[in-house]
Amino acid sequence: MAIDMELDRHILRRTDAGDEEIVVNFGPQHPSTHGVINFVTQTNGEVIRRSVPDVGYLHRGLEKIGEQVPYPGYMPFTDRIDYLAAMFANEGYAAAIERLLGVEAPPRAKYIRAIAGELCRISNHFISVGTMAQDIGAATPLTHALRERESINDLLEELCGARLTFNYHRIGGVAFDLPVGWGDKVLRFLDHLDSYIQEWDRLITFNEIFVKRLANVGIITREMAINYGLAGPNLRGSGVNWDIRRDMPYGAYPDFEFNIPVGTGRVGTVGDCWDRFFVRVQEMVESSKIVRQALAKLPEGDIQAKVPRKLKPDAGEAVGRVESARGEMLYYAVSDGSEKAYRLRVRTGSFMAMGIVEELSHGIMVADLIAVIASLDVVAPEVDR
Amino acid sequence: MTQEEVCTQLKEMFGEAVGALSETKGDRFVVVKGEKIVEVCRFLKTTVGLEFDYCQDITAIDWPARKVIEVVYHVYSLVHRHGLVVKVETDRDKPTLATVEGVWKAATWLEREIYDLFGVNFEGHSDLRRILMPDDWVGYPLRKDYQEAGGYHGIGNTRPDPLVQLSKVTDEKRKAFVAAAVAAAAAAAPAAEPAPTAPEGKV
Repeated sequence: MAIDMELDRHILRRTDAGDEEIVVNFGPQHPSTHGVINFVTQTNGEVIRRSVPDVGYLHRGLEKIGEQVPYPGYMPFTDRIDYLAAMFANEGYAAAIERLLGVEAPPRAKYIRAIAGELCRISNHFISVGTMAQDIGAATPLTHALRERESINDLLEELCGARLTFNYHRIGGVAFDLPVGWGDKVLRFLDHLDSYIQEWDRLITFNEIFVKRLANVGIITREMAINYGLAGPNLRGSGVNWDIRRDMPYGAYPDFEFNIPVGTGRVGTVGDCWDRFFVRVQEMVESSKIVRQALAKLPEGDIQAKVPRKLKPDAGEAVGRVESARGEMLYYAVSDGSEKAYRLRVRTGSFMAMGIVEELSHGIMVADLIAVIASLDVVAPEVDR
Repeated sequence: MTQEEVCTQLKEMFGEAVGALSETKGDRFVVVKGEKIVEVCRFLKTTVGLEFDYCQDITAIDWPARKVIEVVYHVYSLVHRHGLVVKVETDRDKPTLATVEGVWKAATWLEREIYDLFGVNFEGHSDLRRILMPDDWVGYPLRKDYQEAGGYHGIGNTRPDPLVQLSKVTDEKRKAFVAAAVAAAAAAAPAAEPAPTAPEGKV
């Protein structure tokens, strides 16, 4: 929320070359900023000299709240960190506290977590690719994406009673078992999804106008992506083959076979906006594979490990990592032996992605900045927490 | 490479400035002297065989009892697939550390967040401004002794208890309802039973 003083002073100024530069507040209320974020943008006509993200409008002190409430009571708050992919926020928190306590969720709970998580990933990626197309100027794909996402929301609502803020995971398991007949509904939806993705590719992914608009725009090289600590599809879009689900396996993921899509520069350069878009489309197909395997192999048994009613982990610290829809989500919990966490830290993919915007903005067009922001798939509450 | 091996290499290079790997429950970490942090980080990133190229997280923990603020670095190597947790302690009254921005660019925003919420001053940082809180915010919210100032520019951070409010409303409503019922009964009473009231009035 801090304004860059140099930018603030020069609302309008003449450069040495005689051009007029103007500072535009692109946000905080703007449809293509995907939430309440302000991009203080210094432009020379259509060309951006630099754009500085000004974040913090949605800061609710969620890390401070983590120090005030007992361990199980924090679960609903994690939903509010990332409302588009709340399953992962739940799962990451549960993973961190489980490591702190030294308990492990039963196999069935792990499988259910994978199923719920991957469905949530598909739903999140539909929003991401749909709004990206919308920001570029293609209005139709978003309506298709929202329609597909609605089916997943219905399925998840049947599973846990909520459509966005699930509060589904528990420390040591999940809240409810699968409803009767739910698996068949999911399989029916996945059959539809697999054929629909091909339709989606015809509709927008390989659409010539769309490709021309995104290829070679906002290129993030491999080195840059690693140096800036990008995560998830943004990192993989730059050709880095890194996925927590495979490389630091957790939950039931070692049991599944799936590919990690990475950016290849198929229509332009590796790490351009189109690569990040296409990685997300491919990830939906992979998620569908994982859900099918999980439903086929789903073991019987408990969904909740034996956990004491009052959680008092020994003094120590633990990190819980999950591959969220927006990349690696890291919960760092420090315990001092009491009922509440001494310190709870959430590291999110969106926060890291915002750090790279200023670097990318030098010398690009205003319209391309929108493509860059959309391709990073930033969600404001995850940046501000 | 295991954490022990990385630690041994660090000890060989920096000697006393690097502590032993912790034995606490959960994740283990290594404590490094504050003035050496940039050298240690650069060593971790550039040494062949270590190559910690990916800075996952930098955060801080406030320990008022020990009068220190710990800054915690979670670093990882995408080349060799190994990770390390490095901790640095800095004086709580005047927390100052050198920035590791020159090693990992990811540190720019992460250190800004620590500056904002813990008040740790990173020397040599290119853009050390508050990031989540407004410029004129007083205090560092994630410190353990932080007290809320009771609002910001006339925007309060307290409100009356909604349950008390509700009971007041229902109380008033009930009284109003009773009063209305009594009035209605009084108005209806003379018409229905004029006999008892009329003599009373005369007497």
